[in-house]
Amino acid sequence: MWTLGPLGFTAPWLLLGLIVLPILWILLRAVPPAPIRRRFPGVALLLGLKDRESQSDRTPWWLLLLRLLAAAAIIVGFAGPVLNPQEQRSGDGPLLVLLDGTWADARDWPRRMERTSALLDDAARRGRPVAIAVTTDLEPDLTMQPAESWMSRLPSLAPQPFEPDSEALLDWIEGMEGPFDTFWFSDGLERETREPALQALETKGDVFVYQTPRPVLGLGPATFADGQIEMTVSRSSGAGPGAVTVQAFGLDPAGVERNLAQIETEFEPAARTLDVALTLPPELRNRISRFQLDGVRSAAAVSLTDDALKRREVALIAGREEREEVDLLSPLHYVRQALVPTADILEGALDDLLIAAPDVIVLADVATLSPNEIDVLSGWVEEGGMLLRFAGPRLAASDVSRGEEDPLMPVRLRAGGRTVGGAMSWGEPKALAPFDEDSPFYGLSVPDDVVVSAQVVAEPGPELDERVIAELTDGTPLVTRKILGDGQVVLFHVTANAEWTTLPLSGLFVQMLERLAVLTRPERPTVDDLAGTTWAPEEVLDAFGQLNEADRLNGVEGEVLAEGTLSAEVPPGLYAGEEARIAVNVIKPDTELSPAFWPARIPVEGPSLDQERPLKGLLIAMALALLTVDILASLLVSGRLRGPRSGIAALIALLLMFPPGAEAQQGGELSEENLAQIATSEVVLAHILTGDPSVDEVAEAGLRGLSNVLFSRTSIEPGEPIAINIERDELAFFPFLYWPITADQPLPSREAYGKLNRYLRNGGMILFDTRDADTAGFGSGSPEGRRLQAIARALDIPPLEPVPEDHVLTRTFYLIQAFPGRYTSRDVWVEASPPDAERAPGMPFRNLNDGVTPVVIGGNDWASAWAIGARGNWMLPVGRGAAGERQREFAFRFGVNLIMHVLTGNYKSDQVHVPDLLDRLGQ
Amino acid sequence: MTTPEALRAEASDAASAFPPLLAEAEHLATTVLLGEHGRRRAGMGDAFWQYRPAQPTDEARNIDWRRSARADAHFVREKEWQIAQSVMMWIDRSASMGFSSDKNIPTKANRARLIGLAAAILLFRGGERVGLTGFDLPARAGQMQLMRLASALSDEDEAEYGAPIARGMLPHSRAVFVSDFLGDIAEAETALTDAADRGVRGVLLQVLDPQEEAFPFDGRTIFESMRGGLQHETLKAGDLRDRYLERLAERKGHLADLAHRTGWQLSTHHTSQSAAAALLWLHGALGRHT
Repeated sequence: MWTLGPLGFTAPWLLLGLIVLPILWILLRAVPPAPIRRRFPGVALLLGLKDRESQSDRTPWWLLLLRLLAAAAIIVGFAGPVLNPQEQRSGDGPLLVLLDGTWADARDWPRRMERTSALLDDAARRGRPVAIAVTTDLEPDLTMQPAESWMSRLPSLAPQPFEPDSEALLDWIEGMEGPFDTFWFSDGLERETREPALQALETKGDVFVYQTPRPVLGLGPATFADGQIEMTVSRSSGAGPGAVTVQAFGLDPAGVERNLAQIETEFEPAARTLDVALTLPPELRNRISRFQLDGVRSAAAVSLTDDALKRREVALIAGREEREEVDLLSPLHYVRQALVPTADILEGALDDLLIAAPDVIVLADVATLSPNEIDVLSGWVEEGGMLLRFAGPRLAASDVSRGEEDPLMPVRLRAGGRTVGGAMSWGEPKALAPFDEDSPFYGLSVPDDVVVSAQVVAEPGPELDERVIAELTDGTPLVTRKILGDGQVVLFHVTANAEWTTLPLSGLFVQMLERLAVLTRPERPTVDDLAGTTWAPEEVLDAFGQLNEADRLNGVEGEVLAEGTLSAEVPPGLYAGEEARIAVNVIKPDTELSPAFWPARIPVEGPSLDQERPLKGLLIAMALALLTVDILASLLVSGRLRGPRSGIAALIALLLMFPPGAEAQQGGELSEENLAQIATSEVVLAHILTGDPSVDEVAEAGLRGLSNVLFSRTSIEPGEPIAINIERDELAFFPFLYWPITADQPLPSREAYGKLNRYLRNGGMILFDTRDADTAGFGSGSPEGRRLQAIARALDIPPLEPVPEDHVLTRTFYLIQAFPGRYTSRDVWVEASPPDAERAPGMPFRNLNDGVTPVVIGGNDWASAWAIGARGNWMLPVGRGAAGERQREFAFRFGVNLIMHVLTGNYKSDQVHVPDLLDRLGQ
Repeated sequence: MTTPEALRAEASDAASAFPPLLAEAEHLATTVLLGEHGRRRAGMGDAFWQYRPAQPTDEARNIDWRRSARADAHFVREKEWQIAQSVMMWIDRSASMGFSSDKNIPTKANRARLIGLAAAILLFRGGERVGLTGFDLPARAGQMQLMRLASALSDEDEAEYGAPIARGMLPHSRAVFVSDFLGDIAEAETALTDAADRGVRGVLLQVLDPQEEAFPFDGRTIFESMRGGLQHETLKAGDLRDRYLERLAERKGHLADLAHRTGWQLSTHHTSQSAAAALLWLHGALGRHT
């Protein structure tokens, strides 16, 4: 290849042809355009006339230039010009292809695979042995193999949602047997592994690097501060377009995952980070399960949220509200202080508070409750509430849980409690003992200055031991807990203020509340916070940012989790502990994305830096275009653009220049009034647009076929079928809707569901067709079936049953017992008949005088069987031969019966009474 | 030398053009309504003219007894005098008349034949005699003459441009010359003045193709006459247009001048126009001086 700047030529000697151009110029110049011979009687009048100017015996210079340009374009085109030609990698030794394989690779993984495959092709041609390794998933004892054997293994390579372990990588490189050249696909991010790994690789041979200059985007974890959710979007370089869209996903009240909120923002030029703030009502905020950067396929673009965003509602009730007190003595002061930053606090009467359904109710020194209150509270706890009680003088003085255990107390209490270390007692105030391993507080460090000087004392009992979750150094229970139904009752045997203990003054108090999940966890948990806990992964992210169930992963210790280093054992995802859930994200608050820089000696290749681009096609096309222009120009010069038959020449030239382009847009959508007019002027069958053009086309063709059959066989004369957009169009005009289900159909909006339900309640009928009866039985979990379930979840659909033998649908027009479409599954479901329907004596059918079934559900792909093409031919084959035609006939019969059923209701059901009625009238 | 087969084929070709031409001419002729044109004086004829009192010189069998019975005097019934006029036609059949610029437009020759034949039909209906100039076809009346006319008109002339033939015309008869008059104007002038000298008056109909009027050409072109006898090459045809049109106007002016001097009538007909208009004009022009 011969290169000229960024241009290379595969056949440079062809460029010698350019020398011919000047000769061509002279030749073309000398030859005037050929004359036209015309028969013309008027020539007699022309005799003797002389041309005034003799300009056109030479080709005009611009026409010459045009032709020369075309000739030059052809010559250059065939010389095989290539823009930014790729230097062919030289070398014959073994080649190691090293892929970083981190989440940052995920966004353009297919392109990397293409490049790898090209490398393999090249290596195969040169007979180089190859090894392919992914740094995040290193294969020990990798050996060089022929390139062909790697080809089949390429699809199994995948990026991982974490970064490589630096030591393991270095060891692995050391362990590879050299020498070999390395082709390193860098993910474009700087990390400390780079430099030493590069050096280690360079000892083995040459290193080439492939790197994308596009910045890597990452979405930081969401934090809640000052009433708004804050996130940081970071990128590895300040170049490139800066617009990003952050989307918040979560379950809506119907249990469907939705985009709950969205914010579009833009990086400042050259800025590497961007702060995003989002204000949402608490109800919506608590639903958010993850944030995501729209359009970025990478684990870093997903930020899972855990309990940190959820604000728990805590109701506070104190027993001594009537006392005029200074704040610091208030039994709730410290609890309130601990909760305010992270939880929503409710205060008021117990009855009112329960209506608000708080997550936690704190009873500070409340002794007696009315029996009614006890009932209500017990019910609330059993449904999952958490009752947190603090002791105090009133509890100590009362008889609550004295002889017999109170249902809302974890333990029985001894009378009076005890006081230690007071002015009138022996002994020192007691400190807290370290927490047991079983305790939810395990791992929290106990400050020395936390002491207890008074408490209520639990009555010893067989079950006491397991209910204690914190105790004093002398073994006296300090915090006890009892599970009640789905909820729990926790009792601090001390006051919630500093009257009996210094515990509320210490940070331990807040940590304990947090462990009990009273508090929303404010920040990222520290190692201390999580010490001694085990967290089970619930959902994990893959490198592409997809959430998957984590079934086969082991639990992770809290310390490891808090450390935040991701690995194969700790992939990013959602981890569930005893009381809370922790989200582990790829991007930490302190993660900084910076681009990798390579020493000047390393050749770096990137896709957009110098992508090879053959220009041959472009040049040849240009030459053709020039020649077409030349045709027009020649016609113009020689006068053939005017005169007889010029129209044809001009037309041909124009056609050459502008090949028939895109067809005119279709007539557009029907306006609302138009639709109403068309739909109400005659019976019109309608189908719902799925968004899949081929399915929609078949649906429309199917309804047209059915309309034709109805027209020719019955008194129903439907008009042209109409396509319905459920989001926009009014449904009330249509007696019947055909709804083909595709696996990737969007769920209808709330308004559309409202319309659909109104439609179904008012006597409309929808035929749901999952079109998969060939592969799946009804409800057996085909993708369409699942989609139908998702769509139908919010629809007002009555109980269903398979079409019974005496259903009116079997005899509204034809007598049929099967309902085939393109497939012949028998699973067709309609509204269930009332259980009390009975067969009248002597009658072949039960008395079923209810309305039209609002839905018919099946998967026989009826539209395909009904579909007729534009010329009246069948669009799709059904079955084989005569049997197939018979099947199609029965499909039409089903369609006729269905529409008859829609339009005449249970008229045929009534017909069975006719003999009866005639009988009676006759007498 | 023509073999009998070729001759027969040619003959059937020629004959095949015949009935359509005749039919078309008949059709065209029906567009003009006319009656017998009387002489406006008493004479031989069919139509009643007047009753006049009988003179002693009148034969008794001339007396109209029916009229005479109503009065005391005798009356003679006179009829209008009708005579047949001879109309001599010359239809240009030369090669230049074979030109047509568009397949939707008939050739000039076709149009000329059609108009001539239709005029002949009208004249026959008027009781006139029609013939061709020269001595090929003397003026006669009747259906057979029409057939002969059609057959004579179907022949093509070898000449590049046609020249009117003024021979064989009866003195004081009428004449119709139909041609494009693009050939040598001097011959036309001679023929016309010859005819005028013999007291023959008539009509000149110039038939032109629209392209001959517009000259819509451009670029390097070689113009050829229909048989290729004349050639003119130009490098820029568009440049010649003005001068060509000038010459055409000059030619028309010359013809008009000639017609004015000899008392003939001149009109120009374009093949893109309707033939009926030209026929109407022709008929009117023939009747005007009779």
